[in-house]
Formats: sequence, C-alpha cells, structure tokens
Amino acid sequence: MPTYFERRQIVTPGDLIAEGDYVAGENTYKENNKIYASRIGLVEYENKKVNVVALRAFYIPRVGDTVIGTVVEIGFNGWMVDISAPYQAILRASNVLSRPFRPQKDDLSQVLDVGDLVVAKIVSYDRTRNPQLSVGEPGLGKVTRGQIMKITPTKIPRVIGRKGSMISMIKQETGCHILLGLNGVILITGKSLEDERLAMMAIRKIEEESHTRGLTDRITQMIREEKGKKGGEK
Amino acid sequence: MSQKNNKLIDKKGLRLDGRKPDELRPIKIEVGILSNADGSAYIEQGKNKILAAIYGPKEVHPKHLALPDRMILRCRYHMAPFSVQERKSPAPSRREIELSKVIREALEPAIFLEYYPRTSIDVFVEVLQADGGTRCASITAAALALADAGIPMKDLVAACAAGKVDDTIVLDLMDTEDKIGKADVPVALMPNLNAITLLQMDGILSLEEFEKAVNLALEGCRKIYAMQKEALKAKYVNVKEVEE
Repeated sequence: MPTYFERRQIVTPGDLIAEGDYVAGENTYKENNKIYASRIGLVEYENKKVNVVALRAFYIPRVGDTVIGTVVEIGFNGWMVDISAPYQAILRASNVLSRPFRPQKDDLSQVLDVGDLVVAKIVSYDRTRNPQLSVGEPGLGKVTRGQIMKITPTKIPRVIGRKGSMISMIKQETGCHILLGLNGVILITGKSLEDERLAMMAIRKIEEESHTRGLTDRITQMIREEKGKKGGEK
Repeated sequence: MSQKNNKLIDKKGLRLDGRKPDELRPIKIEVGILSNADGSAYIEQGKNKILAAIYGPKEVHPKHLALPDRMILRCRYHMAPFSVQERKSPAPSRREIELSKVIREALEPAIFLEYYPRTSIDVFVEVLQADGGTRCASITAAALALADAGIPMKDLVAACAAGKVDDTIVLDLMDTEDKIGKADVPVALMPNLNAITLLQMDGILSLEEFEKAVNLALEGCRKIYAMQKEALKAKYVNVKEVEE
C-alpha cells in the first residue's frame, strides 16, 4: 500500500496520492483502488483516510453553519440571500418577523432591503433545494455597523487558529468584536475605525501567509507594532 | 499548394522556425492572473497568446437551462479582432462556435459535474494572438483556470496537436504548417487517467501515419502536463514552508 506524497506536500488535481486500502477523504476520489486528488492542496493522512486541504475552494453550505450574506432579491414571502456559495439562500419572512406574516400589510423592504447584510444560520440544505436561513437565535440578524471583508472560505479555520487561539488574540489585541461567517465573509465591529482597520490588516496577513510557521506570534507582533505607531502619532 | 511541398522542412530535417519534428514551441504558463474572475490562466505557446477565465459554480441564468442532476459547463472561445493578420470580425464565427463546443467537450469529462447540480460554470477563452493550435492551447489554459477556481476535477487536461508536414510527422504545428501541411491531429489528454478527451483530424493520413501522429501528440500532451503542474504550483511557492 504505497503512498506517493508526504504529509503537507502540494498536489494538483489528478495526482495519484495513494494506492490500496485507503479511504478517500476531503478533496480526493477513489478509482480502481487508487486515491487521486481532486483539488490543488496539501496532503494530510489521518489513519487510513487521505485528505487534501484545498488551497482554492468555494463555500458549500452545511446545516448549522453561521454565514454572512447580502440580500439580493425580495420575494413574495421572503428574501433571496447571496451567501457566496453556488446556491442562493432563502430567508423566510415568517422567520424574521417572529409572528405570522401578513402579505397585505407587511412591507418586506422595510425589514430587510436589497443590499442589506444579514448574519444567519443555515437550517436546511441538500443539493436538490436551495439552502434555508434562520435568524431566530441571539446574535443573528441584520448587520447595522462594522466592517465587512471577504477571504477564501478554506482559510477560515486558520483565522480561528488552534482552539481559537488566533481569533481570541486578535479580539484581545484590537478590542474588536469579530464574527466569522463560514462562507468566508467576516464582520468586524470595534470602538473606532482604526481598531477595525488593524483587525482587517491582521486577517489579510493571515490569509496571505496561512501556511507558514509561527503565524500567531508574528501577527501579535505586527498588531503591537502598528498600535505603537498609532500611539506615537497621537 | 503542391509546388510548395518539401519547403516546410529543410535538408537538416529542421522546420521553418528551426524546431526538430518532435519539438514543442516554447511555452509559458501563468495561473491566477485575473482578480475579478473566480479562476484564470494565461498561456503563451510560440506566438499564441491565450487568456482563459472562469466563473462559477453559480446559479444558472436563464434558469430553464439548469439540469436537476448535474452542473452545466458553458464555454466561449473567442478570437480578438487583432489576433490575426487581417482584422477578424468580433462576432462569433462558425469556427469559433464549433471550437467552443469542442473545448467544452474536452473539459467536461475532467470535472465532477454531478457534485453541484443546478449550477453552471462559465469558461471564457480569449485568443489575443493566434498562430495555429489555439484549440489545444485553449484547453490547456482552461483546465488550469478550472483548477485555479477550486473546482473539483478528476484530472487536469493537457492538449497538443501533431500533424504531417511534407512527408514528416511533426509535433505542435504552427499556423503555416497547419495551413500548407498535409494533416493536423489535435489531441487532449487526461494524463493520470490516461484518457483522451479530444481527438480530431483534418487532412489525410495513412493508418500508420495516424498512429504515429497520435502517439507523438500524446507525448506532447504529457510534456505540457508537466508544465501545467509546475505553473499551478508556482502560484503557491510560499506555501512550501509549512505550519506544523
């Protein structure tokens, strides 16, 4: 049962990774007892399972994910929301209004208009139907203030860091509240624009250098240096 | 045309541009050069300059084209008005529509179309400068653009043509060889699965010549595949240093 790539080595679609009694994990497929890569990424072995950590991918909805989306269309009884996935998501009016929806009286554009941002949770999705969103939980709903940025969805785990080490460090250092949409959209709300900018800068840096060593320490250092500069100016 | 015979290959057995019969033109490939498209690639093969960009997967518009069990692949091959010696009308010609179809069919087997039903992938191939063998170079570039967009693929697709010029079987024909030569056989290959996704022939070849041409083209495809991989990885060189 040979493997042809070492752990963390880069593969391109079609590369033969392993042969024999292995299980095809993420971004791989099995044919004639051989495991091939289906995306460009880095190889990971997990016992008998072969995974490829994708370097480029798009967001695929999953039930339970918190996402940040943009309202693109107002329908008869709800909204269509762009969640930067292959499918547009549906947000029902009855879910947002938390009371029976009266089509004659309620004006949906008063509640959420086209272009508004919403934080929502995916409540149902399979490939035959578009994902459905819900805002019926604390912390979800329309975005009223803050900065929005987009990164590759595969890099969200890196922004979170091991056991949340990275994200809690950025929150602590910048004093910003950071909401990570699993679809790669991030909402940052801080006390001042400077704080928000600093947090955005840190996240950009993580995206660019996501696979390098000792990133958390370097990001901490960068934020402190930037803060020092700002302090000096004042 | 027959008077021109035996002029495309000189006494030393070299071609008009000094290549040996089994030699490819110099190739330069870059991946991910457009920031607005989801994936992109650029290829220079000899004097060919081709840009490929892709969007998707996204919801299909118009909606009635969507398929319930798989995604659709749409492809547009287009030659810029300045891509050839005489200005080419920018409107899609019969030839461009055919090549769009041919490129689509060469790429389709490499993509897991059934993963995201009811969606579409749009491939745009723009030929900036043409010098023969653009369909092959387009397939090579489009496959890389698809990989760059993070679309799950069975394999990359590499394409290359072989043909008959004078009485020699040659690899990677350029425009003049294509026009005055005797035959042209473009081939696209999924190298790891060893599957051919495009095979066309224009001209007349004997059975042995055909076999020789196909094998030569396949060899060319494998060489191009190595360059494709290199170009794709080159975008992520900084990734080599790795987090433990």
